[in-house]
Amino acid sequence: MSQNTDTPPLSQEHRDLPTSGAKAGAAGSGAAAEQVSAAGISAVLLPTDQRPTPSGALSGSVTFGWRAMLKIKHIPMQLFDVTIFPIMMTVMFTLIFGGAMGAVVSGSGETGGAAITEYVQFFIPGIFVQTLIMITMYTGLTLNKDISKGIFDRFRSLPTWRPAQLVGALLGDQVRYTLAGTIILTVGFIVGFRPDGGVSGVLAGFALLLVFSFCLSWVWTMVSLLMPTEEAVMGVSMTLIFPLTFASNIFVPTATMPGWLQPVVDANPVSVLVTAVRELMDGTYDAASIGLVALYCLVLVAVFAPISMYLYNRKS
Amino acid sequence: MTLDPILLRRGIPVSPSPYAVEAHGLVKTFGDNTAVDGVDLSIPRGGIYGVLGPNGAGKTTTIRMLATLLRPDAGEARVLGYDVYTEPKTIRENIALTGQFASLDEDLTGIENLILLGRLLGFSKQQARKRGRDLLEAFGLAEAADRQVKKYSGGMRRRLDIAGSLVVTPELMFLDEPTTGIDPRSRNQVWDIIRTLVAGGTTILLTTQYLEEADQLADRIAVIDHGRVIAEGTPGQLKSQVGAGALKVRVADPVQREEAAAVLERAVGGVVVREKDSAALSARLGEGASASPSLAALEEAGILVETFSFGQPSLDEVFLALTGKPAESEENDDAEPEIAEAAR
Repeated sequence: MSQNTDTPPLSQEHRDLPTSGAKAGAAGSGAAAEQVSAAGISAVLLPTDQRPTPSGALSGSVTFGWRAMLKIKHIPMQLFDVTIFPIMMTVMFTLIFGGAMGAVVSGSGETGGAAITEYVQFFIPGIFVQTLIMITMYTGLTLNKDISKGIFDRFRSLPTWRPAQLVGALLGDQVRYTLAGTIILTVGFIVGFRPDGGVSGVLAGFALLLVFSFCLSWVWTMVSLLMPTEEAVMGVSMTLIFPLTFASNIFVPTATMPGWLQPVVDANPVSVLVTAVRELMDGTYDAASIGLVALYCLVLVAVFAPISMYLYNRKS
Repeated sequence: MTLDPILLRRGIPVSPSPYAVEAHGLVKTFGDNTAVDGVDLSIPRGGIYGVLGPNGAGKTTTIRMLATLLRPDAGEARVLGYDVYTEPKTIRENIALTGQFASLDEDLTGIENLILLGRLLGFSKQQARKRGRDLLEAFGLAEAADRQVKKYSGGMRRRLDIAGSLVVTPELMFLDEPTTGIDPRSRNQVWDIIRTLVAGGTTILLTTQYLEEADQLADRIAVIDHGRVIAEGTPGQLKSQVGAGALKVRVADPVQREEAAAVLERAVGGVVVREKDSAALSARLGEGASASPSLAALEEAGILVETFSFGQPSLDEVFLALTGKPAESEENDDAEPEIAEAAR
């Protein structure tokens, strides 16, 4: 199965090609590099009995994840949303709303520096979740743009495990989420976030959030396959994200809301997630809330991954 | 006929069907637009099969159905003997697709594109890299290996695209308009590459809107218009289907063209066409007619003739006769629906 057993003429041919190219190049011919010979092409054709077995689910997904990494390498600008945006969100919400909200959250009625420090303990895990969830939206935008290109026709014509093309993209996004999360937490520590759960608690909360983000991304995958344009994907995603993140306990405790709204906000998967992340970072480990997050994750994948694959396979 | 897919994967040469493609009554509709309206194809293994038609005729949609990217709404199709509905994975193991819009990742470099495909096709990272380097060298792209594809010229892109289809050698290769929008020199290179691949045993299914390309490359041609096959055969058969040949005359002095036209009209007994070239005329001769009286008549009238030819009609004329419109009208906008659908 190794292609190292290529027939001898192949390597012979190949030793010759660059030499002739170099000679012509020295003579100043710009076309030298474009030399294509029938013999060279015949020699490079792989005998059909040396075809390897196509990549499986895992290696296929990892390869598509590698592609996402290469894209970041070539277009570092696409990291703008996961670097500047989180810093902006954290600093803005802490300094502008922190004082007023801290007064409420702490119950002391005092505003200013002390109230901000108080609020930061409550708010950082929340904005951490909020920002990452907002960033998951870009998964759909990128995919919608990507899928419309010719390369996806080729991917779909390969004998690989088809979901690898989507799973790989989502795996690649995990790197972006990790970067964004690290930035938020760093800014958080700078403005005074001191969680009781310590490093292990913070890491556990981080891990839980990454898992949830991966599962939630399947919703955006579905949206990106349903919508004809990037703008439409953006519109739909925003419409879903705003109630999902703001009708939650990210900014203020549920208890401060009208009675009829409280059960709705409590049932919001984002509230459940934020509660679990807060508990983990606080060091108050609660199996029930983590279990509930896991349940939401399962449901998200079980519903949206198959729909996405169905749409992807029938994409024209 | 069923065959053990394990055997195939090990590469033991099996020939499940003498046909590369057998399709009957393929239909695909996008909304109100019936892109493919009952296409029948029988493509033998080996050689080059050309699907010729104007933009929007349904060529790309047909290819996409055969390459298992699109599910037909109706009809049957077997590719290399395997059913497109039930055995798409086996088909994908044995085909390669080079799409109309370069099937490459424009943000990545040439070598990265090939490594990506090599890894997906099952090579280790080292093997995929070596395979990529070998292919780049053979396709004259070694120096551009580490350049992003978006910085490639149209011709280089095409060659990389074809190289990508040869990371493992396919039994059937789909080439969707391989030379659309590239310069003549690159076009000739692509033609040479295609001929080399066929010599290596791969069957090629190529779509084109260029009559010359089909004439130059294809062993057999299917002419598609409005989602249907309107003619099929070897280039020679298609030409003879249109009837006897055309008479082409070029007078030495354009001033004499009208006079010559009148003489020819009498000699041929039919319509004489004034070509764009102000000295050229052409006339269609009826079945069994001879061209020599025309030449004699021109000489007798004292008209100096620069060229005088009589032969089979060109594919341009074939297309005009079959579809009722000249091949040049390809450039119009009825292409849009198909491109939009394909891109979606």
